[in-house]
Amino acid sequence: MTGTGGHAADRLREIGWGLSAVSVIVVVLIAGLIGLAIARGRRRLAAEGDGVGRDFGGLSWIYWGVGLSFPVLIALAVWTFIVTRAVANPPSPTALTVEITAHRWWWEIRYRGERAADEIVTANHLVLPVGIPVRLLLTSDDVIHDFWVPKLGPKMDMIPGKSNATWLEADRPGLYRGQCAEYCGLEHARMAFTVTAVPVNDFRRWRREQLQPQVPRVGRGAAVFTSACSACHTVRGTGAAGILGPDLTHFASRPTIAAGVLPNTVSGRLEWLGDTQGVKPGAAMPQVPLDEADRGAVAQYIGSLR
Amino acid sequence: MSAIADAAPGQGGRWTGPLDPKPPASPNPAEVAERLENIWGDAPGLRGWFGTVDHKTIGVRYMITSFVFLILGGLEALVMRIQLAQPNATTLSPEQYNQLFSLHGVTMIFLYAMPVLSGFSNYLWPLMLGSRDMAFPRLNALSYWLFLAAGIFLYASFPLGAAPDGGWFGYVPNTAREYSPGPNIDVYCLGLIFLGISTTVGAANFVVTLLRMRAPGMSVNRLPIIIWGTLTASVANLFAVPAVSLACLMLWLDRNHGTHFYDIAGGGQPLLWQHLFWLFGHPWVYAIVLPAMGMVSDALPVHCRRPLVGYTLVATATVATMVVGFGVWLHHMFATGLPVLALSFFSAASFVIAIPSAVSVFSWIATIYTGRVRLTVPFLFFTSVILLFVIGGVSGVMTASLAFDWQLTDTYFIVAHLHYVLIGINLFAVVGAIYHWLPKMSGRMMDERLGRWVFGFMFIGFNLAFLPMHWLGLIGMPRRVWTYGADMGFSATNLVVSIGAFVFATGILLFLVNIATALRSGRPAGPDPWGGPTLEWAIPSPPPVYNFAIIPLVATRHPLWEDQLDEGSERSQLASGFLLDNGKETLGVTPLDGEPDVILKMPGDSLLPFAFSVAALVLFGGLLVGSAWIAVIGGAAAIIALVVWFRPHPTPEACEKVRIYD
Ligand code: HEM
Ligand SMILES: [Cu+2]
Repeated sequence: MTGTGGHAADRLREIGWGLSAVSVIVVVLIAGLIGLAIARGRRRLAAEGDGVGRDFGGLSWIYWGVGLSFPVLIALAVWTFIVTRAVANPPSPTALTVEITAHRWWWEIRYRGERAADEIVTANHLVLPVGIPVRLLLTSDDVIHDFWVPKLGPKMDMIPGKSNATWLEADRPGLYRGQCAEYCGLEHARMAFTVTAVPVNDFRRWRREQLQPQVPRVGRGAAVFTSACSACHTVRGTGAAGILGPDLTHFASRPTIAAGVLPNTVSGRLEWLGDTQGVKPGAAMPQVPLDEADRGAVAQYIGSLR
Repeated sequence: MSAIADAAPGQGGRWTGPLDPKPPASPNPAEVAERLENIWGDAPGLRGWFGTVDHKTIGVRYMITSFVFLILGGLEALVMRIQLAQPNATTLSPEQYNQLFSLHGVTMIFLYAMPVLSGFSNYLWPLMLGSRDMAFPRLNALSYWLFLAAGIFLYASFPLGAAPDGGWFGYVPNTAREYSPGPNIDVYCLGLIFLGISTTVGAANFVVTLLRMRAPGMSVNRLPIIIWGTLTASVANLFAVPAVSLACLMLWLDRNHGTHFYDIAGGGQPLLWQHLFWLFGHPWVYAIVLPAMGMVSDALPVHCRRPLVGYTLVATATVATMVVGFGVWLHHMFATGLPVLALSFFSAASFVIAIPSAVSVFSWIATIYTGRVRLTVPFLFFTSVILLFVIGGVSGVMTASLAFDWQLTDTYFIVAHLHYVLIGINLFAVVGAIYHWLPKMSGRMMDERLGRWVFGFMFIGFNLAFLPMHWLGLIGMPRRVWTYGADMGFSATNLVVSIGAFVFATGILLFLVNIATALRSGRPAGPDPWGGPTLEWAIPSPPPVYNFAIIPLVATRHPLWEDQLDEGSERSQLASGFLLDNGKETLGVTPLDGEPDVILKMPGDSLLPFAFSVAALVLFGGLLVGSAWIAVIGGAAAIIALVVWFRPHPTPEACEKVRIYD
């Protein structure tokens, strides 16, 4: 609930603090009443002995208690519906649509363009223009996952066979963490992603860069990639066009590897390639048998995919 | 004769025919007791052990078994807390963690929380209602043996590394064959279907018992609240359990026999599972707290030396909770992308359901405030239930808020909330109830000094373990994660939580010591150590196997407090009334007013419930391993047991004569 980055999250934070405050007040009040009641009951025992007493009334407690709880609940419900309306729909029409498909255990992210050629595909890293509401179309390729960026807004399930529409807006630039929130099996804990919110101009530049294909390269790394990796991964502009794993065209522009499991650094890449199943057991990527030199070369190659 | 005529005015009209009063056969109380002992006692040896249908034995077995599961589930939790005490820990692998949290949830919800209450109710119902047994003693035995068999079935998977790993609500398609190829989820599906039979059988028994098996004069406005709670829970279970059994059956068929109920590729719907599951699940979570709230409503007043404030309101609130409880299941699905308008109705209903809970809370506080408080250990536990219930209640209201639940759902906030509800209202009430009723069950008091330590450890440990979890959820820690990173800001809080869990567990351990020493060397309790108002305190502790030598005649809600309360001239009759010693008999009454209307011949010991349960275990085992042969053998054995059970047998003498002991 701290350090929010957008207005939906702000509204949720407000009602969150409001509900928490009411809750704390209620608990403290009740604790006080219980304490008072015990003290009073002890005094009675001391004064009157512990024989069974007549029914001394007390019904008014229930009337007062329920009578006071009711308006509070109504008020909270009304506030809830106001916030629900505010949060369920974006403040202005969305100008950009992003389709996100969850996979066990990573995120495929597709920015729709006006023309098919304007479409870009990335993974585990969402880049947003600050101040612009973005429409999200969420679905899943396998089991139910849940898209959640705690500091930006509500969560939404990603259900196979169903496309759930929601929206997201970052009002302040920054790096935010996203996380799968619906238990989705073995690596649910490590199905994260990053969101960077950048000023609109930077976003346009990023988008232009992402649209560029890579140029085919010669060298050991590229060769190893083609033979060992391209069955599952795409690098646009080269021959690699696999679709089972994340698109790696601009891999080096992403902050993490394997949905937040490792930092995208030289040593991170080496570790991922050297012990894939050790780093993320159960991941859909197998351990690719490479000797050390090949591994170094291919790590360097993907590290160059800016 | 005259006493009965006074207490049961309906006698003239309805109470003729078979219930023709005759003078007692053996007016000597000692002789009567011995006769009844012979009639009601179990057969000696193993046959009696496996064949008993005594509700008290069955109740105690239920409680012991569910406590064994509580301890197993608790150990699983402690291992999880060791793993989560620090970031990036590797004590457990993800697969191990996933099995542990799933089995922990399944164990606590299905094998502890409901059965422990069934145990209490089984034990207490006939004693509180003034009856000699439940309506269907053999069915009662059957529901216990089935529960045990289903528990064994679920747990046998654990040492084999194939325990359920889809969480306690097993969302499809994560649990479909494609994504969970092992036997883990088959264990879950079949186990829940298996257990559902036990629950259904037990629930039907409670409902019929309530309708028929009460002392004369025990009209519905005189029932203890725990009876209301268990009755409400039982009726709800009769409606709710079929939903989950069906859901599990369809999942099992999808997984093993190529159906497509949940499979989108075949035109199925993953969300169907969630609807069916929560249609069951939400009423169920009320079913596992309402009887416990009933215990508080009945036992707390004893320690406050006065009747419960607002009996009628509390009884009504109990039923109302359940009625509304059937209309809130969608609040478990706020993030599924269903239309906001539909969700809003369920959000509103979820706010409303707080009202009946408020009735109970204020009734309890008022009872303390206007009572004469004895600071006994049961009192401490019952009073802490009020506070913990309120904490779990307000966090429940927070999750009822549709918009804010979009932040809270599937985080540690929910883990905190559900433990406040389940441990706060169920476990704390149950432990208090054991301090309160163990003297009745065993004839011995539990040590109060040690009891205070138990309370201290449990209360402080519990809050230390679960209060900070709310914060973890608010700052974004998702639930069901086997580890978390050091940079996420979760580490310190998680360490506190884990320490709290161990403090709490220490409390439970001391509690077991407390029970053990009480059973071995506790101070003798006498029939009525607390000065209670209800019928169970009128008979010796532990109660004789036939409960009441003479079926009491009930005239008020507090038969044992009539003189002190002075609420009119009516007096219950405890020492004179129906003496049924002509065989294994008890009295049947009319459903609403509790007027005697028939003498019921009660069945004796039987090995059939045990045999049927073993056969069912074989059947389910065969289905699990996919062996048609084993399944057929088990199924055939089960059918044979049923045929023997229901074989035509001679009906008892057409006209039974009733005797009165005066
Ligand atoms: C020593 C006491 C206990 C501790 C330390 C404890 C701790 C935990 C932990 C660590 C989790 C897993 C959270 C996650 O990974 O999301 C959990 C889940 C759960 N616990 Fe407990 N627990 C305790 C007792 C109980 C009791 C007494 C009950 C019920 C009566 C209960 C019911 C549940 C349920 C239903 C879940 C959810 C399982 C799921 O997500 O499928 N727990 N508990
Ligand atoms: Cu996921």
